[in-house]
Amino acid sequence: MSDITKLTVCETLKALQNKEISSVELTKAYIENMEKGRHYNAYITECADKALKQAEIADKNYQSGNNRLLEGIPLGIKDLFCTKDIRTTAASHILDNFIPPYESTVTQNLLNDGAVFLGKLNLDEFAMGGSNETSYFGPVVNPWSKDTDLVPGGSSGGSAAAVAANMCAAATGTDTGGSIREPAAFCGCTGIKPTYGRCSRYGIIAFASSLDQAGPIAKDVKDCALLLQSMAGFDEKDSTSCDIAVPDFPNLLNGDVKGLVVGVPKEYRPQGLNDEVASYWDKAAEYLKARGAIIKEISLPHTKYALATYYVLAPAEASSNLARYDGIRYGFRAEGKNLDDLYINTRTSGFGKEVQRRIMIGTYVLSAGYYDAYYLKAQKMRRLIHNDFMEAFKQCDIILTPTSPITAFPIGDESMLENPINMYLNDVFTVSVNLAGLPALSLPIGLSENGLPLGMQLIGKPFDEVTVFNVAAKIEEDAKFERK
Amino acid sequence: MADYVIETAKGKWEVVVGLEIHCQIISKSKIFSGASTEFGDEPNTNVSLVDAGMPGMLPTLNKECVHQAVKTGLGLNAKINKYSEFSRKNYFYADMPTDYQITQFRYPIVGEGNICVDLSDGSTKNIGIERMHIEQDAGKSIHDLSPTKSFIDLNRAGVGLMEIVTKPDFRSPEEAGAFLRKLRSILRYLGTCDGNMDEGSMRCDVNVSVRPYGSNEFRTRCEMKNVNSVKFVMQAIENEAKRHIEVYENGGKIEQETRQFDPSTGLTKVMRKKEFAHDYRYFPEPDLPPLILTDEYISAVKDEMIELPDAKKQRFISELGLTSYDATVLCENKETADFFEKAAQSHDAKKVANWMMSDFFAMLNKKHLDITQSPVSAENLGALVELITKEIISGKIAKDVFEIMSETGENPEKIVEEKGLKQVTDTSAIEAIIEKVIADNPDNVAAYKNGKTNLAGWFVGQTLKLSQGKANPQIVNKLVKEKLDN
Repeated sequence: MSDITKLTVCETLKALQNKEISSVELTKAYIENMEKGRHYNAYITECADKALKQAEIADKNYQSGNNRLLEGIPLGIKDLFCTKDIRTTAASHILDNFIPPYESTVTQNLLNDGAVFLGKLNLDEFAMGGSNETSYFGPVVNPWSKDTDLVPGGSSGGSAAAVAANMCAAATGTDTGGSIREPAAFCGCTGIKPTYGRCSRYGIIAFASSLDQAGPIAKDVKDCALLLQSMAGFDEKDSTSCDIAVPDFPNLLNGDVKGLVVGVPKEYRPQGLNDEVASYWDKAAEYLKARGAIIKEISLPHTKYALATYYVLAPAEASSNLARYDGIRYGFRAEGKNLDDLYINTRTSGFGKEVQRRIMIGTYVLSAGYYDAYYLKAQKMRRLIHNDFMEAFKQCDIILTPTSPITAFPIGDESMLENPINMYLNDVFTVSVNLAGLPALSLPIGLSENGLPLGMQLIGKPFDEVTVFNVAAKIEEDAKFERK
Repeated sequence: MADYVIETAKGKWEVVVGLEIHCQIISKSKIFSGASTEFGDEPNTNVSLVDAGMPGMLPTLNKECVHQAVKTGLGLNAKINKYSEFSRKNYFYADMPTDYQITQFRYPIVGEGNICVDLSDGSTKNIGIERMHIEQDAGKSIHDLSPTKSFIDLNRAGVGLMEIVTKPDFRSPEEAGAFLRKLRSILRYLGTCDGNMDEGSMRCDVNVSVRPYGSNEFRTRCEMKNVNSVKFVMQAIENEAKRHIEVYENGGKIEQETRQFDPSTGLTKVMRKKEFAHDYRYFPEPDLPPLILTDEYISAVKDEMIELPDAKKQRFISELGLTSYDATVLCENKETADFFEKAAQSHDAKKVANWMMSDFFAMLNKKHLDITQSPVSAENLGALVELITKEIISGKIAKDVFEIMSETGENPEKIVEEKGLKQVTDTSAIEAIIEKVIADNPDNVAAYKNGKTNLAGWFVGQTLKLSQGKANPQIVNKLVKEKLDN
């Protein structure tokens, strides 16, 4: 077989089942790619030895016919998922020595299905960022980079880069405002943020609890469907996870799009929208139209407030969620002459600049005298944004938009660094979805003139990932995007 | 009740007091984790990953704590809110592992209610409950084990609390004390909190202000944190009120502040000025959905409710004929009330009450025993009262029998039988004794006949003595007079 790391997960499973390859052989091939691809800085922690041991077990299970859903598939895990006995850092100095004695529910689900873990993937510190540049462990390089090193997007930058560079068969990600979809788009991968409550948040280091959701980043739509099937499910340890049956996603991809109404929100086409982005968007709509879908312009009138709403609510929750990193019980500690001093020293040197900025914003918007003007107003706006979608879904079955207004940009880009607002603006198409708790998938639609991937986003009704996968599969078929 | 007025050379003042009481919920496990709530275990042994605030850990609400809270709310005659929600109260402290406390802020589980308190002059007063919410407790910091280090015990971190907030309805230290005793009694009846202030399972914050007597303004209040006995709460109110009055009368101003009560002096000192007050940045807890209670759930809890002290007291007064005072004392705790009811069953309830209020409680006190450890069982106390009612023994002999019962735990019939203590009511036997007394004391008989009629009592006494107390005193009285007057 040529390069087995280029196969999708579904293809790989077939090859494993047919004994064309072994899991150990497969795992070794990925480990080799990890070593060759170290300059991408996609992994924070590699666990080759552990992975090979898991692969051996997987091979035994294939021998005995006891192979499970993802038996022997080598995955990369975003370093925001707590993994038992494997260092889990959230890409932060403050947790750079933290080894959890417990496993997150999502990664446990994957392990229960026989997956092999290659290591922990780089991300923006505490998932706060859209370029993977805020990581304490340094930026991740987008495998599509040519002369200049480009960002992979963020925060799941390591996940997308590792999938794109075949350094894992698929990866886990988390998405609070676009952290799965944007890096997937920048790196030519497919990623889905499922409905809020579809995956358990237990054991995932929290950024903004009411927005965070786990999901896969993979080579194609079907892989995403398969991975999500394994990751999802009700968990009594997470009171916000929903007790709703998980459909057999990969086997429900054959639906027709004939007669399906695809909403195209006019507010997502502002003046000055990049021409390439706009024309690929039209192209995606045409693919679906040609297959009998009905394209309908819809309105999401509160879209222009989404970014502001998000950048009030997410930091507010983060400021509280990150309070526990205080140097008392675990993680990094900088001593002080009294308790307050210890807190200040620990958190000043333990957190990076972007995290500190968001903690301060969050603290401010919750403060007495400002709460009503910021936090409360943002909560009301969140409700209106949610209502926009619910109204829109009375007229359409699914919504199609670009994932990001831009393609991957150079690491250290001046305009992004000098004003964090410019960075935040990249999330303009993705944050509303988190505010409304909806499922949304990004898949590659083609390359820009300068040869960089562009992504399309499909937004579904609550818990209707099936339709999202279905429509995505059709666009994927027509777009014929060539992976690296 | 006479008004509590503080009089100075310059004027008359009254106090305005409100209480906030933290009550530890009796439950097997903590309010948001599965760890045990056992008190007194080795430090940091009852700590789950959630309690320790580990990364990625999430709270899950313990239904048992909700049940206890609803029960308590009903016991406070309060409105149970079908919609309530949890909030985070953000502040940094070493024994608060997440550096925020999960509590209820805007929407508490229990709304307005009231408790009727009994005052020493026999009057009662209704105290309004503002609200009650549920929240998690913090751990404990131990600062006195090392000169340079502090130690943290997280066993208590995450134990469920009910915080009961009263309206500013108290006008005297006595009312506050009576309220705390009543509240404790209700909680213990319900089994929702053990109410031990000295162990910290019930902790009281006291808000005090004063105003000129008879006015209805509200002046600046000061809050005293964690005052840990009924006596100290009363003392804190008295002394804090005096301090306010002194400041006002010297032309000063009271600043809103948090103060600490020092049990050794009974005085309070500043802990935190208002400008240093925490900004807790409350916001809805995103890890927990709102708590929704159905009508069916609330009515099912109502059906489980037992008779509470006030209802019991009323019943003891109206059906069993007890005095208000005796009924109040006997109802203060459920074990005592149950003991009384058992003892009084088909016996003279008033007599049983008298026995309990006097010899019985005195015996328990002397032996330092709890009522549940009493050597005299309720049935035996009832049987003893029955022997008196049926005039089988006299009240005086009954005291001796009771002595024996409290040593041996024997039943009174057996003691009376074995020791031959049955009262003599046979007139011929008593007559024989009287005749002997008369025959032996001719001088006194003569004196009597000469007009010293009060010597009759002496003859009665001698007769009773000779009968070893067994002669029925009424019969002796009657016969002595008949014999002497003949």
